[in-house]
Amino acid sequence: MRMITRLAVAAVAAGGMAAAALAANDSAPADLNDPVSVRQHMMKNVGGSMKLLAGMVKGEAPYDARVAEAAFRAMNNAALGLGAFFPPGSDAGETEASPKIWQDMAGFKAAIGAFARDTAAAAAARPADLDAFKPVFGKVAGNCKSCHEAWRVKKE
Amino acid sequence: MPGRRRSGRLLGAAAALAAAGAAAFWLATAPRRPDPALTAGLQGDAARGALVFRVGGCAACHAAPGAEPAERPVLSGGRRFVTPFGTFTAPNVSPHPEAGIGAWSLQDFAAAMLRGVGRDGRHLYPAFPYVSYARMTPQDVADLWAWMRALPPSDSRPPGHDLPFPFNIRRGLGLWKLLALDPSWVVDVPADDALAMRGRYLVEGPGHCAECHTPRNALGVLDRARWLQGAPNPDGPGVVPDITPGPKGIGGWSEEDIAWYLESGFTPDYDSVGGSMAEVVRNLSGLPKEDLRAIAAYLKAVPPSP
Ligand code: HEC
Ligand code: HEC
Ligand code: HEC
Repeated sequence: MRMITRLAVAAVAAGGMAAAALAANDSAPADLNDPVSVRQHMMKNVGGSMKLLAGMVKGEAPYDARVAEAAFRAMNNAALGLGAFFPPGSDAGETEASPKIWQDMAGFKAAIGAFARDTAAAAAARPADLDAFKPVFGKVAGNCKSCHEAWRVKKE
Repeated sequence: MPGRRRSGRLLGAAAALAAAGAAAFWLATAPRRPDPALTAGLQGDAARGALVFRVGGCAACHAAPGAEPAERPVLSGGRRFVTPFGTFTAPNVSPHPEAGIGAWSLQDFAAAMLRGVGRDGRHLYPAFPYVSYARMTPQDVADLWAWMRALPPSDSRPPGHDLPFPFNIRRGLGLWKLLALDPSWVVDVPADDALAMRGRYLVEGPGHCAECHTPRNALGVLDRARWLQGAPNPDGPGVVPDITPGPKGIGGWSEEDIAWYLESGFTPDYDSVGGSMAEVVRNLSGLPKEDLRAIAAYLKAVPPSP
């Protein structure tokens, strides 16, 4: 458990720092003793990175390859740490994680693995301009949809 | 005995009335195809039909379960829908002449889409969301038909529905349709607001958004008084959210936020779409941006939830 907590701190710190540096992150700090709180915090940071990238896709901000790479790295950090925060029993309470996760942990871990792979590839791709960036962004965004489609349920 | 005679006559009259009532009721609940003139002579445009097909989300139900999204999906059927009325199985609606609907005419197709009547003249179950499709224009039906005919045929024969009595009696659906099949518009939109009018057409018609987002009464009829105010998730735990401008809905989203969500799947705080809405977004993202803005304008005009 201690190991997991340390991992949590590292993952949240890595994901959080990059995201906080890039996007204003005003959410409450994660409760590190609660895996639900930690994973939701990680997901919020992923959302913050995505917001930044989408701003460039929508033309609200000029395309900047360094920002893109940093945001993809932040997401990749979260992807690498995420799997540790779905222990048995954490399917109850204030969570929108689907109960299916605990019926098919291997399937869920595969979805996390795909997210880690695609964000790593996106960070390494260093697209030169906006046109090259858009499909890279689209590939990563496809992970959000497909994982939320299968493994997450909206409760409100 | 005059009194006797009178009550006898009364009884006879009541029986006659009841018989007439039953006959009228039987007629009123009979499957009725639309007037063939509605679609006669219409030329379908398959390219436009491909867009109608996306809005209609036909592949979500009629492609084989687990099939990868495809530009030209194979509508072999087989997906199962567990409902309080029993388990339905989506039929094969690919253009295969025997296993699918390849032998149908445009008129047959229009009867299914606009009146919920099958080619054999029987009522179709509303697990097929024709209560919404009934608002489609004949031209959109013709365009959709042209696209459906261009999809790959499949000879798959999915099993039939698994329904207990009385839901296995198709004729009984006539009564349900009297209550539920009302193709009038639900939300008042100013006639000079062309964008919101287009949005209403897309949402209340082919987009069938209310089929998931509007609660139903005990008979499974969509509740017009709680239009788009959210409903239990038919696929399992969780909810289908309120999408009115009310406090529990998406009143805080701008029209641009809504259009971007429908295109990209991202909410204003960069949560991502999931559940059964993910496929809706995959379909809508291929529409002209103007149509997404139209849906957004309409959603802003819907009466807010309390
Ligand atoms: C929510 C799931 C769902 C969606 C979306 C859906 N269908 Fe269906 N459809 C069904 C089911 C279930 C049936 C079977 C109804 C019955 O047996 O009475 C059906 C029946 C049909 C039939 C009649 C087939 C027959 O053999 O009688 C046609 C035609 C059809 N659908 C076409 C379409 C088209 C075109 C679209 C898109 C515009 C569409 N469907 C969207 C579920 C769906
Ligand atoms: C098959 C069922 C289904 C259909 C059809 C459907 N939706 Fe949804 N919708 C959902 C579900 C489920 C969600 C929750 C998504 C999630 O889990 O992230 C949702 C979410 C949404 C949201 C985001 C709400 C929020 O608070 O996050 C909007 C906006 C929306 N839908 C609009 C529409 C529109 C417009 C249509 C018609 C073009 C439509 N939906 C058709 C099931 C459906
Ligand atoms: C491998 C699966 C997976 C992937 C990939 C994924 N998510 Fe999530 N996400 C989840 C799960 C599961 C939850 C629900 C967590 C809970 O409530 O316990 C969630 C929740 C969220 C939340 C809500 C957090 C909160 O406040 O409770 C946001 C925001 C979010 N995800 C954004 C994203 C974005 C943006 C992406 C893509 C860049 C993404 N997610 C990719 C699984 C995933």
